[in-house]
Order: sequence, then C-alpha cells, then structure tokens
Amino acid sequence: MAECHPVGFQWVMEAKARGARVIHIDPRFTRTSAVADMHVPLRAGSDIVLLGALINHIISTQKYFREYVVSYTNAATLVNEDFKDVDDVGVFSGFDAQSGTYDTSTWQYLGVEETAAAGNRSAAGKHPTGQELGGRGSKLEHGRVQRDETLQDPRCVFQILRRHYARYTAELVEQVCGVGPEGFAKICDAITANSGRERTTAWVYSVGWTQHSVGVQYIRGACIIQLLLGNIGRPGGGIMALRGHASIQGSTDIPTLFNLLPGYLPMPKAGEHEDLSSYFESIYSPDQKGFWTSAEAYTVSLLKAWFGDMATAHNDYGFHWLPRVNGDHSTYSTLMDMLDGTVEGYFLLGQNPAVGSSNGKAQRLGMAQLKWLVVRDLNMIESATFWKDGPEIATGELRTEDIGTEVFFLPAAAHTEKKGTFTNTQRMLQWRHKAVDPPGDARSELHFFHQLGVELRRKLAGSPLERDAGLRNLTWDYPLETDGEPDGEAVLQEINGRHRSGAKAGQMLSSFVDMKADGSTDGGCWIYTGVYADGVNQAARRRPGQEQSWVAPEWGWAWPLNRRMLYNRASADPDGKPWSERKRYVWWDEAQQRWTGEDVPDFPVDKPPSFRPAPGTGGPGGLAGDDPFIMQADGKGWLYAPSGLLDGPLPTHYEPAESPVRNPLYRQQSNPTRESFPRQENLTNPSPPEPGSEVFPFVVTTYRLTEHHTAGGMSRFLPYLSELQPEFFCEVSPELARERNLVNGGWATIVSARTAVEARVLVTERLAPLRIDGRVIHQVGLPYHWGVGGSAVVSGDSANDLLGIALDPNVHIQESKAATCDIRPGRRPTGPALLRFVEEHRRRAGITVTTGNIRMTPPEGSL
Amino acid sequence: MSVRASGGLLGPLNPARGAGWQDPPPRKGFFTDTSLCIGCKACEVACKEWNRIPEDGLAMLGTSYDNTGGLGASTWRHVAFIEQRKPMRMLPVANGMGDSPASGAASDVINPARGAADFRWLMSSDVCKHCTHAACLDVCPTGALMRTELGTVVVQEDICNGCGYCVPACPFGVIERREGDRTVHNAGVAQKCTLCYDRIGEGMTPACAQACPTESIQFGDLEELRERARERVGTLRAAGVSDARLYLDDQKDGIGGGGAFFLLLDEPEVYGLPPDPVVSTRELPAMWRTAAVAGLGLLAGAAAAFAGRRR
Repeated sequence: MAECHPVGFQWVMEAKARGARVIHIDPRFTRTSAVADMHVPLRAGSDIVLLGALINHIISTQKYFREYVVSYTNAATLVNEDFKDVDDVGVFSGFDAQSGTYDTSTWQYLGVEETAAAGNRSAAGKHPTGQELGGRGSKLEHGRVQRDETLQDPRCVFQILRRHYARYTAELVEQVCGVGPEGFAKICDAITANSGRERTTAWVYSVGWTQHSVGVQYIRGACIIQLLLGNIGRPGGGIMALRGHASIQGSTDIPTLFNLLPGYLPMPKAGEHEDLSSYFESIYSPDQKGFWTSAEAYTVSLLKAWFGDMATAHNDYGFHWLPRVNGDHSTYSTLMDMLDGTVEGYFLLGQNPAVGSSNGKAQRLGMAQLKWLVVRDLNMIESATFWKDGPEIATGELRTEDIGTEVFFLPAAAHTEKKGTFTNTQRMLQWRHKAVDPPGDARSELHFFHQLGVELRRKLAGSPLERDAGLRNLTWDYPLETDGEPDGEAVLQEINGRHRSGAKAGQMLSSFVDMKADGSTDGGCWIYTGVYADGVNQAARRRPGQEQSWVAPEWGWAWPLNRRMLYNRASADPDGKPWSERKRYVWWDEAQQRWTGEDVPDFPVDKPPSFRPAPGTGGPGGLAGDDPFIMQADGKGWLYAPSGLLDGPLPTHYEPAESPVRNPLYRQQSNPTRESFPRQENLTNPSPPEPGSEVFPFVVTTYRLTEHHTAGGMSRFLPYLSELQPEFFCEVSPELARERNLVNGGWATIVSARTAVEARVLVTERLAPLRIDGRVIHQVGLPYHWGVGGSAVVSGDSANDLLGIALDPNVHIQESKAATCDIRPGRRPTGPALLRFVEEHRRRAGITVTTGNIRMTPPEGSL
Repeated sequence: MSVRASGGLLGPLNPARGAGWQDPPPRKGFFTDTSLCIGCKACEVACKEWNRIPEDGLAMLGTSYDNTGGLGASTWRHVAFIEQRKPMRMLPVANGMGDSPASGAASDVINPARGAADFRWLMSSDVCKHCTHAACLDVCPTGALMRTELGTVVVQEDICNGCGYCVPACPFGVIERREGDRTVHNAGVAQKCTLCYDRIGEGMTPACAQACPTESIQFGDLEELRERARERVGTLRAAGVSDARLYLDDQKDGIGGGGAFFLLLDEPEVYGLPPDPVVSTRELPAMWRTAAVAGLGLLAGAAAAFAGRRR
C-alpha cells in the first residue's frame, strides 16, 4: 500500500501512531513492509492456503464472534443435501469436466430451488460468458431458509465450512506458502485478539489478490474471516480494496465493463432478455429479501435518462434498443478475436496494452490485425507506436509496411485540465475543478465522447435500420461551456436523476427510493442518486474535518445516500445496541423508534430490531430487524455462496496456471474453471505433474513501484519520475543470485514460453527464498512499468511480455501475480536470434499448444 | 571576510540576529523524522518541480531503490534507502493493545528457508542542514550566500560568480555548482536547498514538506520542532526502538546545530552522514590569531635584529 498508494498510506501511519498493529503479507519486502510491525513473505499464488488455515484456526479454537456469526451470517442456514464438498480430485458437486463449468443447483440452500440466471454461463457466442453480478448480491428464489442456530446440523453452512477447512493446517501453510509456524501463529493471534466486541481488524488488498486465476476466491477468503470475526459493518473493520488507479471504483459503478450497466445492473443477454420482464426475472425474485427487488425502478429510470420522452411504457422504455451480449467480450477475449482478424477497430483510452497487459506480444500482434486504432492518451505511448518501434519489428515478426492498422492519436486532457468527479474506494465522489486549460488540441474524454455521439447521430439521422434506433433516440443535449467542453455538472445531474412529472417535476431526486418504474423519474445510475440532492453538487463539499464529526459526512459524497460504511446495522447487536461503547457507530434509539448514530444507517430507518416479517414477504419489507446485509437475498452475510460464483461456493486452493509446485491438497492442479486460451501466441509453461516444469523452476511475480504509474504513460514520459527509476530491473535474492551467477547492477535474461526479456539485476534480501514442500523455491520480482518504444524518456523490455493469459472465470482478470520463469545472467539475444533462443526453451520443456491447458489434471502416472 | 556580516564563525546561536537582522522572526527549519518515511520520493519530485531543477541522470545505480545518489546542484532532497540485517522494530504501540504485546518481528523465524529473518529497510530524506555555523556562507567572497531573517542559508543566484569556494567548505557535501551550458537553468552557479525561501516568505510550507504524505518531513519554528523531536525520540525509545536518536539537534555540536535536523534509527554513517560534522571554518579565528602572533613575532625578530645591529 505504501508502495502504490503512498498518499492513502498516511492513514495507516496515523493508525499506527494510535496503536494499530500492521502485518504485511506479501511475497516481497516492500516499502509497506519497511514500516509494518511484521512482514510475512509467502509464495505468490498460495494465499488461499493461508486464508483457509486462518479460517480453520478461528473455528477450531472457537475464536469466532458467535453472536455475530449466528445472527448476521448464513452460518446457521442449511444447505441442499446433494451438495458435495471438494473430493480428492478437487471439484465440488455439479462439475462438468467437458465444459469446465459447474451446475450450481446442488449448492443451493435447502428448500431453495436453483434460479436459472444466476451463475450460469451462456452457451451462445464464441467465448462463453461469466456471470454478470459485478457488485450485485446474487439472486435467490426466496428468503425462506431453514436454520439451525445451534450450528450443529451437519448440513448447516458452519459445519460445511468447518469440514472444508479442516485440511488447511499450520503444517500445510508451511508446506505450501513457505510461512513458518511462528509467523502463522502471530497472524492468528493478532487477528483473533483484535476482533470481537471491543476490537476490530481490517484487511486491505490490492491487485496482488485479484490478479489470479482464483482471484475472486482470495477475496471471498477474507470475507469469511471477517464475517467469522465480526468485522464487517463495524468501524475499524471491513475489507478494503485498493484500486489500481484514481476512480477505478467509479469505472465499475458507471462501468467500462462489457457485462454491466450503471449501478451493477447486468447487461442484457442475447436470446435471453428480449423484454424487460425476462430481464428483471434474471435479476431478482420478488420473494427474496432486500433492495434488489426494486431493480425495475432503477432500470426504467436509467432508460428514461438515456432515451427521455422516447422511452414509454408502450415500447418497454426502449429496452430493446440496448445492445445485448452474446458471450465474453472482456478485454482478453476481444484480444483473441483481434488475433483472429475479426475485430476491425479498437479504442484505447488511457490504456497501454502493448506494455500494461499480459502477453504483450499477443497484444501487439492483435493490434496489428486491426483496420483502425484510436489512442487517446497524454503521451505517444507504445500502443500508438508499436507498428514502427515495437519489439516485433526488431525480431522481424512484424514489418511496418505489412501492418494495415491505421492509428489515430488524439491527445487527452489530464485530470487537472478538466472537471468532473473521482470515486474512490470508499465509494466517495469528490468533485474536481479544472485548474488549467489543456495544452494544444488536448480535450477531455467527455468532450470526445460527446462529439463522437454528435457525429454518429448526424450520420445515422436518416437511418431506417432498427439497430441504429438506440443511437438515434438517445438524449444528447448536454450544454456546452465557453471552452467547448460539455458541462460536467449537467452529466452529474443526469446521473442523479429527476422527477419527470407531478408536483416535483424537474427537481432532483434525493434518494433512489424515489425512483419509479412507471417512467415518472429518470436517473443514470441509481446508486449515485442523491449526489445532486436539493440541486446541490454534494460531491463538491469540502467542509474541513475539524468542523464536523469524525465520520466527516460533509466531505464529498459517498454512495449510497452518503453512507460512509456499508452494512453498518451490523455495528449494533441483534437488539440494536452497540456491541461496545468503544466501537459504537449506528444503533436503535428506543425513545425515537429510529436507527441513529455516527453515519447514515444502512437499514430501513424505522424498522425495530425485533421486527420479524410475515413468512414469504419479499423485498425490503422481508428484511427482519436483524438482517443487516440488506442487499443480500436472505439479509445475511455469506460465509458460503449458494450462487453467484462459477468456481465454487467456498475458496479452495488450486495452484496458479503456472507453478513449480504440485498441488498437495487435490489431484486437480489448477482451477478447473479458469479461462484459458490455448494457441500458439499464448503458450503456457508446464506445471507439475506435467513434464518439463523444471525448465521454468522459478516463481515470477509482477508489480508496481511508487515512482511509476502502471504501463508508464503518465510517468516514463516525465523526466522527474523517470530519473527515480530509470531502468527495467529484476529483483532477486542473494541466494538466487549465487545460484544463477547474477551480479547486482549487471544484466539478466528472464525467459518464459512467450518470450525472453532483459533486465538490470537488483540483488536484495527483500526477496527471500522459501522452503516449499521440502525444497527451496526462488521468486523473481519484476516491476512492469517499462516498454519498448522511442517516445518516452526511459524505455526497456516489458515484464508483461513474459506473462501468458489465464483468467479468473468470474471476472476475466488475468493471472499476472504468479507465473513461472527461468533466469540467466547476461543480456538476451536480439533480432531473430531472440526467437530461436525462446524456441530452444520451449523445445527443452516440450511445450505444445496443449501444454498447461489440460483442464482436468489426470491421475498420477497417466501422463 | 566579515565575521560580523556572516554570523558564522562561532557567532551567536540566533544566526539571523548574528547576521545583523533586527528583531528577526523565529528561526525556521526542518525536522525529518525518518521513522515515518516510506521512501515515496515525493519530496524529491516536489522540490524539483517548485525550484525548476533539471533532471540529472537516467542511470540505475544498483543501490536499493536509490537512483539519485546524493545531494548536489540538481538534487536538493535525496531519499536514501538502506537495507540491513537488523531486526525490524515495533514502532510505538499506544494504549489499548494490551492483549497483543509489542513483540515485533525481532528474532522470529517467519521464513524457515532463510532462518533468522531479521531485516529492515531504512529510508531517510536528506537535505541541506542550514547550519547555525555555515561554512559555505563564511567562505563566500561575493556575499551571494546569505543568512536570511528566518535563519536559513540561501544562495542569491544573480550574485554568485561561480568561484566554488563554498563547495569544499560544506562538511556535508551539499552545495555544488550546476554543470551545463547556457541552456541549463542557473548553470555554473552554486546551488542548494533554499528551504523554499520564496514559499515560506509567503506563509507557505516548503514544497517537500507539503508533499510528504506521512509527515516524515516537518516544517516550522525550529524551537518547537526540537521539542517535538525530543518527545518523539522518547516515545520511540520507550517502545523499544533503542537505536532512535536525534542528529544535528544539539546547538553545541560542530555546526552549532542544524536548521534542518533528523531523527535517525541508526548511526549517521549508515545513512551516509558525517557522525561529528564540524564547520570547516571553525579554526579560522584561531588560525588568524596564530598568523597574527607569528607575524608579530617575525616583526619583533626583525626589529630585534635591527636593534641588535645598531648596538
């Protein structure tokens, strides 16, 4: 966190000054470790073993927060008797080895039927799609679950959890993660001693957790720990996701993702969602609990915001004008289509895949197949120049004169040169004023997209084609400011939404609760409704901290409804009293018969703790007074996920798609549901039990440094940042340096099945060898900021060129935090000799297109 | 050379008053608490941005994460990175942590492959010390180096003739002439930290302290900073960080104390700092005295010789 979020890290230092203890769990010793109270190095890709063993410890030593667990989680809920936990093969019940997917019906709660849409992959389209939950709680048929609050029934979630993690022991942690018993015991002691009524523990993660073929399950592991310890919805608790850039939270709320509409509404699917009613059916069941049952109002208001008066009850509010998805169109699937020559054009907005995405060579070869490419960036990044100075020009794999891609470079305005909002990881929107005019022709994204819309609509004005109706009917009337930029506040107002009719017609909505499904309201993103309450830009508020309460509700605005902490009903006990005075946050005021406290209560404000709904009541009315998780279909925090995940209801350890280590838990080596793309441009290093893994004996992990930003577009073009970390380097331990004759300050060549890159060597004890299953495993650390090109102040080989593409099935995120490699002293060959050098490695490892891509690991001895 | 004007040569401990300022405001300075430094180098960048200092080298040095090397004409803040086989220490643990004792990672075998995993990574942002007795200023023949009313030492770039006397005079190797041709801003002129004279005069915080996210660099009235630093070092020692010490806070040391001083977690040499710096002009008065005595002696001898001859 200190490494990549130094400004946010000031609050960790502040917490330390107030007595917080900081434990840093990371393969390498970073700037965070330097000021942490303890650093625990572990093997990249082994985290679920550590998390699972913590869960086992918490349960077996009875350190869980029993009252919280029984009342607020699904621990007591009974699960379908047909559910089978992972066996020795390593898959849950319902697995189809042919397709690599689960039929999740056996995972359901007892007495609750599988609902069709949640979790199933669409068979249509070339790439099967993942599920489209995004941040949305998964659907349940109804919330009438059977519970055993003694937690003794063998079918209850708690007992399933206990059995599942019984195999995850301290010994396994040492064997798989390389973390000794003392280190493990210290983590156990710290998190259990600092949880309960009086104390809370927070977990913080970044892309070191998400970028794995089991990334979603890493986060789930932390969720289970935090729910068991009672650390969700309480001050000082929670799981904090540190995002990769400013406003990445905003770009999922109002998404740049192919499978989401604003506010975590799913993108409609081709062939399944022909009308609004079939679409709503897929989102929620009217019998389930919570606020997703109002998805109709959110969706209709969104359609009214987009299509205005053209959206009416008679035409399903223009729902049929929305595009439909027919499969996985995430970035890497699109890349495969580019390589196949089926993608004509591509927009890159502040993105540099030639350097920043896994398998850089495939990225560049893919872009060379396009007819046109639009690059909007601050600088002439490598993705805009690969056709003349990329690595493939040097090797002869590409010739400039053969590349038909027409590249349009459009200079972009930086964040100081345009106004708008940032949404941070706390879901807080902060308005940003324009400080200076952008230089030359640089313009904001808002300006670009507005103009693009204007042009497209002009060209399509007379089009009789139904497919163009969506664009033609779009409301596209944003007022322009004197500098020609559309008014960002007008966009924020549209996002907030308005009353369209009645006494309040024209006024801003103050809450998403005001949204109607009858077309009388509009709003571009229901969770953001309230950001312009009372006609005021609430995101622009900057009342200093000392002039308000410690929660600081008048600094910016947090969705939903300015709540600073989600699920904060859980900060009070089932009777509505704070768990402790020290940790009081939101509580039930008996005299006023209301929820009150430091924050906006995340609960129906006048629903008493003792309230119990009539059986079968759906929606918010179905929430009992002790159902704090108001977006979940049963009102409870999910230790076990009966639906919504594609790779299992509980986190289970699989080795990364590339690993030098055999999975000691199950026959199955890697996540059997991972998305892989076996093809010549994306070869995979072999992992045990396949032969050839000894050719790539080292773990390699990639990361960022404080001095640079991602693929370097904002840092390698600036002298002041470039001089701080001028050259691509690899970090190796003194032990590995001795083993491979690597000299500090010298050169090393790092090799994978994809390519070889050269890097300066930094020998450091911050990288530690680990003893894994009786042998020493070395890890190589690679910052990924450099790329080959002629326009930046500094350039160098790209770490991402080494990585292959294997994805988490739920969210299509690449496994860039754990792979395997070889490392040798000296510089790499250049020109065509580089290709021969890599080919020699492939030959020795026996690599073919199927290597590493056999979905189910065969029984021992059959390979 | 005017001892009075410089306020140097063992002059009074309020250097601004010594330099002739009437009723100067409280002396300003930096307290750099390295126990809070996270090595982000925001200070280096903010300094260069504000002071329009050119980029000065795109080579990797192979010295941990330090590719800056040291202070110089075009580096007025420098973050040192020191990797050590020494136990990490728990920083202060406040009340309320009773059930999790302050054990730290001291001698724990967290990683069985390496055995005792004692290791720490020190970071420290170095800067001009703005000495109470500033040799650079003492030796400057043009008066380009001046003592400001705030007690800081500043080069007046339009007066400096580039003679370079100040460069070897500095006991810390801070001040340097900027290399380069005419296209380089202030080429040939002696350069160093001004403690952002152009900012603090306007009531602003120096760029480095403003950019520091963890308050490792603190700016303010020197007296108050010294008090704060003594308290901090006490807290750290009480928490078991026995290595914590202040550097250049002592007005009786060889430079009369620094206007910029530091809290270090090891010996100064570990950070590349001289353990006992002495103003290089300290011996000048004595030397002058000796020279005077010798001169008088010679004169007396000569006179005696003449007198003797007359006899």
